[in-house]
Amino acid sequence: MEALYAITTGVLTACGVYMTLRGRTFPVVVGLTLLTYAVNLFLFSMGGLTTHGAALIGQNEAYADPLPQALVLTAIVIGFAMTAFSVILAMRSRGDLGNDSVDGSRTDRDPDQDSRRESKA
Amino acid sequence: MIQHLPIVPILLPLVAAIVLLRKREGVDPVRRTISITTTTLLVMASLALTLQAADGHIFVYHLGNWPAPWGIVLVVDRLSALMVLLTSLLALCCLMHACSGQDGEGSNFHGLFQLQLMGLNGAFLTGDLFNLFVFFEVLLLASYALLMHGGGKPRVQAGLHYVVLNLAGSSLFLIALGVLYGSLGTLNMADMAQRVSSLPAERTGLVYAGALLLLVVFALKAAMLPLYFWLPRAYSSASAPVGALFAIMTKVGIYAQLRVFTLIFGDQAGQLSGLAQPWLWWGGLATLAVAAVGVLSARDLRIQITYFMLISVGILLCGQGMAAVDSRGALLYYLVHTTLVSGGLLLLADMIADQRGKVGTRIARGRAFHHTTLLGALYFVGAIAMAGLPPLSGAVGKAWLMSTAAFNEALWLWPVLLLSSLAGVIAASRAGSTLFWRRSDGEPGGTHLARGKLIGTASLLATAPLMVILAGPISDYTQATAAQLGATQQYRNAVLSGNTRAQEGVE
Repeated sequence: MEALYAITTGVLTACGVYMTLRGRTFPVVVGLTLLTYAVNLFLFSMGGLTTHGAALIGQNEAYADPLPQALVLTAIVIGFAMTAFSVILAMRSRGDLGNDSVDGSRTDRDPDQDSRRESKA
Repeated sequence: MIQHLPIVPILLPLVAAIVLLRKREGVDPVRRTISITTTTLLVMASLALTLQAADGHIFVYHLGNWPAPWGIVLVVDRLSALMVLLTSLLALCCLMHACSGQDGEGSNFHGLFQLQLMGLNGAFLTGDLFNLFVFFEVLLLASYALLMHGGGKPRVQAGLHYVVLNLAGSSLFLIALGVLYGSLGTLNMADMAQRVSSLPAERTGLVYAGALLLLVVFALKAAMLPLYFWLPRAYSSASAPVGALFAIMTKVGIYAQLRVFTLIFGDQAGQLSGLAQPWLWWGGLATLAVAAVGVLSARDLRIQITYFMLISVGILLCGQGMAAVDSRGALLYYLVHTTLVSGGLLLLADMIADQRGKVGTRIARGRAFHHTTLLGALYFVGAIAMAGLPPLSGAVGKAWLMSTAAFNEALWLWPVLLLSSLAGVIAASRAGSTLFWRRSDGEPGGTHLARGKLIGTASLLATAPLMVILAGPISDYTQATAAQLGATQQYRNAVLSGNTRAQEGVE
């Protein structure tokens, strides 16, 4: 289970970093969201992974560390609020600046669109 | 009553913010009064805290009366008290400036401002690393909204970069916390310091990685060299009172570095002790050098001031990388000076922009305007202090820091610091002479000076001469703070000892 968990976290992080480095606001927001998911998973596992164990002492032989669960709840709430804010901000910048490039510059065109336009011409 | 004093700097702005957020649009005298009264009370509370902490006693406030490694604690030592006092003083001056009209440019200025103060004070007071993260998020969320206050294209654009970078930084912070909790089993800073000293050898690598991740996060907040590119645009495009308040934001990063890398990874940490120092030292020198070029190349007064802030960040980082305890005393003196003066200069830049009309703060020939003598004199004081010419506080701080450098440190620090100061002097004098002397002929334009703006700006800039007159007591305090930072045993004892009553102070 550890291997699967680690691979999932790793893939999420890699996708998140890749998307965050894109030049348009929408992929960046999606990337940040993925990154938050990965971080939450990582944070959840930091007390060690326990199966079939409640976060209560004395109920069972195995018990899970309750602190990471509390921390990850906090992190989820904060991450959710931040994502909501960045979506609103991305829309505002689309409206104010007239395009969805991170730098807000019109010259920064999508190469796909450019090549399509060229092929039409 | 007095044992609840440590929580006051967090609760007071929170309550005020809730009251202020009830109505969204517009500003009225009532809300301004509430906001200013709260901040004045905050200054008084933080002054009381500083006076209490000045005798070297460490106050620990157990939230919910849970004992230390399990519950969250607030810790007031000399450093925390000083930072809280600095924040509230800066905030009061920014607020006076804002109340002459700029608070009405957008919605909810006062509520967000108080939330920002709550986040700042919480970050300075908490003794728990995860709680530090939470307060970082509180202050960041408030700062995202404040940065956008007033709207406009440049703000939205700068804000987008600022938000995305800080969100990525928050993710890194959480990963660092995860690594550290996984290997140390605690997030209470005093407890972490305790456990680092008895760390099994096979976990050293993990803790080292976690600590360096934390360094990256704090370097992003403090704007160390490869991570500073967001700062000039964000700070210069924000409205003046917000930009001036943000002068304390880079210092949150400096504070967190000071706290974490002297307490948790201090002398007791064995192999891991002093792991951040070389990074801070070389990063600081590089920041200093690049910021000096930035100061010379700036074509706008606000951008120039933000590069001056970056120079001071470089100096503060170098100070942390130096070996002597005295360097930290000098660093703290310089920190107080640079926060107040750079904040004051940003407020002044706004007043100059008001007078110059269309040209704004661009360093170019502009129209003639009124009040040149007064504004010019204020700029003169601010620029001298910021560039570090004697007799004002910048020179004292820089000279003190240079005098504490050991020989091999001085070889690097002296030339870089002195050359960056020279660049600062050249740039500031060019900017000043262009702004005030290269004016077109004709009828002077401009508006009258609002009294609130003048009081706020002048009192921030007045700290430059005041800090020279009071250099004795202030340097005594900062030196004692540096000594207390080095004596981590005292901090750990205060937080972790079971006898909570005795630590809560005199009743």
